[in-house]
Amino acid sequence: MTTMEAPATREIPYVSAVAEAFAQLMREDPTIFIAGEDVALYGSVFGVSRGLLNEFGPQRVVDTPIAESGIMGLGLGAAATGLRPIIDIMFMDFMGVCMDEVVNQIAKMKYMFGGKAKLPLTIHTMAGAGTSMAAQHSQSLEAWFCHVPGLKVVMPSGPYEAKGLMVAAVRDDNPVIVVNTKTILGMKAHVPEELYEIPLGKAHVIREGTNFTIVATGRMVSESLKAAELLSADGLDVEVVDPRTLQPFDTETVVASVRKTHRALIAHEAVRFGGIGAEFAAQIQEEAFDYLDAPVGRVGAPFTPVPFSPVLEKEYMPTADKIAAEVRRILGKQV
Amino acid sequence: MTDIAADVLLDIHNRMVRIRTFEEEAGKLMESGKIPGALHLYVGEEAVAAGVMVHLRDSDQITSTHRGHGHLVAKGGDLQKMYAELFGRATGYCKGKGGSMHISDLDLGMLGANGIVGAGPPIAIGAAFSNKYRGTDDVTCCFFGDGASNEGTFHEAANMAALYKLPVIFVCENNGFGEFTRQERHQAIHDIADRAAGYGMPGIVVDGMDALAVYESAGEAIARARRGDGPTFLEYKTYRYFDHVGVRGMGVIYREDSEVLEWRQRDPIALMEARLAEQGLLSADGAAQVHEAALAEVREAIAFAEASPFPEPSALMEDIYTTAAGAGGAA
Repeated sequence: MTTMEAPATREIPYVSAVAEAFAQLMREDPTIFIAGEDVALYGSVFGVSRGLLNEFGPQRVVDTPIAESGIMGLGLGAAATGLRPIIDIMFMDFMGVCMDEVVNQIAKMKYMFGGKAKLPLTIHTMAGAGTSMAAQHSQSLEAWFCHVPGLKVVMPSGPYEAKGLMVAAVRDDNPVIVVNTKTILGMKAHVPEELYEIPLGKAHVIREGTNFTIVATGRMVSESLKAAELLSADGLDVEVVDPRTLQPFDTETVVASVRKTHRALIAHEAVRFGGIGAEFAAQIQEEAFDYLDAPVGRVGAPFTPVPFSPVLEKEYMPTADKIAAEVRRILGKQV
Repeated sequence: MTDIAADVLLDIHNRMVRIRTFEEEAGKLMESGKIPGALHLYVGEEAVAAGVMVHLRDSDQITSTHRGHGHLVAKGGDLQKMYAELFGRATGYCKGKGGSMHISDLDLGMLGANGIVGAGPPIAIGAAFSNKYRGTDDVTCCFFGDGASNEGTFHEAANMAALYKLPVIFVCENNGFGEFTRQERHQAIHDIADRAAGYGMPGIVVDGMDALAVYESAGEAIARARRGDGPTFLEYKTYRYFDHVGVRGMGVIYREDSEVLEWRQRDPIALMEARLAEQGLLSADGAAQVHEAALAEVREAIAFAEASPFPEPSALMEDIYTTAAGAGGAA
């Protein structure tokens, strides 16, 4: 097994990687502004925009009313008229309040207008359970947006990915939704100081292996790496693939991995039913059916709203142990 | 009105006539099945689009509605590209991908008709924010109806427009109906402009059948926005001669024919022509010529559209993303 990592420069937490990406991008391009609830004076409730107001001023770092449709429309109208907005939707659950702007307007404007519109708009939001914030502040709803033509969706798995994908998202001339995960904001890793891009639509083999592929998104990448260690005791050599971008999905890299290992499981924190893992599994079976030695497995949250009580939430959360258990089940090795 | 230049008056009249002609011919083509889908026609409301748009530059933006043809005609839209779009042809404004409800011309600042009621206001504040951010004195006119004034999007946008003092003008075309539901059955107030006070912006009620009243009120609001003094809410009382969709409009369950006829007594184009005649600016013959010229132009546009090719089937998967490479995610 080899683990591929970013060049060893310095270790910073995920949250700082995001904030640094914002600041460096804004220095580079005066048409970039960021708007959202409490992004300016307070520096965002997650700290992702801390320091931006001081450096760039209130014209470019805009505190908004709590009005997600208005905020999203602000980004849309500004993007359609020459600016490159970053719109912060505090919790991904709040995307429900501005779905028309995202799904009916932003995603479709270019197509409906015969290709004329250009919307260089980044929507940044925070997903994930595990903080006892209950059912309306904990969801992972990325599959909703992957289903809508016109949108791109990225889901970073760590600090290095958070910065590089954010840079690519903001520089992209399409609407891109960046789904960060609140429970890994403190995760530290090597992050280059300079601006760098991780190309959208390219998966990353984060751990090479020979006889099982786990395709994991967001926080589940680090959980899958732990699961891979657990499974190595069973003699399994697990490959972990991080798609990084969910839409467009890098079918090629994932399928190449499965053709090599002959077994696959998809892990995400979102509810399993109708999750993005279902699409990934379908694509794997379409493209690598003859190579598969076992059904494609999926680990995700059970089909329930996210509960409040820590005991229930622990039961809800997908983890390394659950991933490892599902791999063993697939292989007919009941725990 | 006497201090309004003659060429401006004639320009407003001409825009109104072109809108009506465009719409009446489009209605016939929809009824005969030549234009696919649904048309929401602007007939009866022409004074609003013409009276507002005559103040605007190409670099000023507008957001429009499902009833959007009139807005684009008045903003200077190309009638051939408009008709080609209604016919679903490759030469249309949107290459046949948008149709009536998404007709747009970004070069003219027309940010799209819209199939979602109330979608315009949030987009309009974004464009207005951009105007201010980029240091221009361009303004954004947000057209919407009485129906949309009940959507949360309007309220969010109005609040933010006033808060940030954005150069946006909320142009409420109160035609008395949200689809087929009369205003008093969809909101408890009579004057929608009353809502403006709740957001800290001026709200004015204006006769929307009187193009000159529209012109004057819009001129003040637009000048205010250009000066950096913030948004204004203009409510224009107007009337939709036809149905929500299509042409009919009379002999319908949701209103009396007598009401339609009463409004038609104050037809905006007839009203304007009477005034122009009174001022000696346009004779009956002169007016007839304007109508004939508009009809000739519209017929030419229809001929262009009907002679235009449909999109290639391969165009289905084009224009989804700005760069095709890597986009689409397969499947």
